[in-house]
Amino acid sequence: MTAAIEVAHLRKSFGDVVAVDDVSLVAERGQTVALLGGNGAGKTTTISMLLGLLTPTSGTVRVLGHDLLAERYAVLSRMNFSSPYLDLPHRLTVRQNLTVYAALYGVAAARDRVAELSDRLDLGEFLDRPTGKLSAGQKTRVALAKALINRPEVLLLDEPTASLDPDTGDWVRGYLETYRAESNATILLASHNMAEVERLCDDVLILRRGRVVDRGSPAALLGRYGRQTLEDVFLDIARDRRSGDADTRGVA
Amino acid sequence: MSIAPAHPDTGPTASARRIGAMVRRYWYLIRGSWPRIAELAYWPTVQMILWGLVSQFFMTHSSWLANAAGALIAGVLLWDIMFRGQIGLSICFFEEMWSRNLGHLFVSPLRPWEMLVALMTMSLIRTLIGAAAAAGMAILLYGFSLFDLGLPLLAFFVGLMLMSWGMGMVVVAMVLRFGLGAESLAWVAIFAFAPISCVYYPVSTLPESIQWLAWSTPAAYVFEGMRAVLIEGVFRWDLFRGALVLDALYVAIGAVVFMWSFKVARRDGRLLQIGE
Repeated sequence: MTAAIEVAHLRKSFGDVVAVDDVSLVAERGQTVALLGGNGAGKTTTISMLLGLLTPTSGTVRVLGHDLLAERYAVLSRMNFSSPYLDLPHRLTVRQNLTVYAALYGVAAARDRVAELSDRLDLGEFLDRPTGKLSAGQKTRVALAKALINRPEVLLLDEPTASLDPDTGDWVRGYLETYRAESNATILLASHNMAEVERLCDDVLILRRGRVVDRGSPAALLGRYGRQTLEDVFLDIARDRRSGDADTRGVA
Repeated sequence: MSIAPAHPDTGPTASARRIGAMVRRYWYLIRGSWPRIAELAYWPTVQMILWGLVSQFFMTHSSWLANAAGALIAGVLLWDIMFRGQIGLSICFFEEMWSRNLGHLFVSPLRPWEMLVALMTMSLIRTLIGAAAAAGMAILLYGFSLFDLGLPLLAFFVGLMLMSWGMGMVVVAMVLRFGLGAESLAWVAIFAFAPISCVYYPVSTLPESIQWLAWSTPAAYVFEGMRAVLIEGVFRWDLFRGALVLDALYVAIGAVVFMWSFKVARRDGRLLQIGE
């Protein structure tokens, strides 16, 4: 059985700036994989290439067995995406937006699917309100509903809980766990939230300046760096500290 | 939980469904805002009233216009069709950029050419709303009915709409390439064609050295044809054919430039970044 996502030697440069450099990863079906890294580490650029929104300078991307560069349209209806860098049309109501995307993705019985998502993501209260008039938390739920409208087999999420309060963030994480358990979907998420990554992910790739500097399961990374939390691991990597000199932490 | 969507993803039916979804998206926007509907009819009507008055004045002071009753009003109405057609296409695309929705659309199975067809459909709907209101007012105020042109009116309409779509695609491509800073192109680009489209005067009025420019625009053929109908009472098939050939070229160039711009946007990552 082929992996859901296979990326080999992916590279993207903008002129002299190399945004992503030789990134390779494999995500099996049903796995949740995280791209972890600071601002400008190349997480969003990598996800954009996995969606075909951005063409790589070199390297290959296969999603659900299809070469994304050559056969993008063979697979887009089985994927979906959410990002804080994108919005849904503000003046359309939530129901109208979801109805439009249901049709774009070829969802059968679109009305029932919108009702089902409204029920599961608790959208009913604002389903007929303009999307632009919702709070950040409500918008995030709507964005998630749009990302799930076609029951994607591969779900790519860029900072899915950015700018959410802890309660809403926790709710989103809980829903993603449920969705994965029900659908065996593969989820690739880019995040700054270490607790989120520890909770949701089977595998973590840590990016720095476009390169994968370490990878492994959250438990393996914690063991390798001798740390209690992924946040400490992240800081070690961000500040070029390896487990051997971890005891210098806090020393000026 | 079932996973795959039940509707087929390829083929004409799937394309029609996606085009329909986009048309519905823009229709929701118009339907939900009466100022938008009023705006569609406002300028064509104001223009028509203004030029109707000018026309009435000249009809008593110009033998040429007295023989070509309605030429000015018809010119205004038809020129506005081209302007509205181009604006309609461009504005619908800008809506996606303003709302930062382009990235969502282009990670869905929507093909770029399907997007273009949806934009052209909306351009047609918007133009018909605006033109119908103005044409109705022309009947009420001046007793001039554009519809008296009969079937030639349809030919003129097709000729101008196709040109407007070609230009609209180029405008959209430029904005996709250079960002929303270039959006004013949508309002000004078409006016560069106004002098050589010969809306209110025959092509022979232009200096001979630039008449070839006029004959390079479908609009000049349409307006010459319009005057032939109004003054001589004949429909010039040669002019109609000339307009259609050039229209095909304009639309093809527009589509190629749009696809090039889309490709560059994917290379540069603009589909995710662009927006207000």
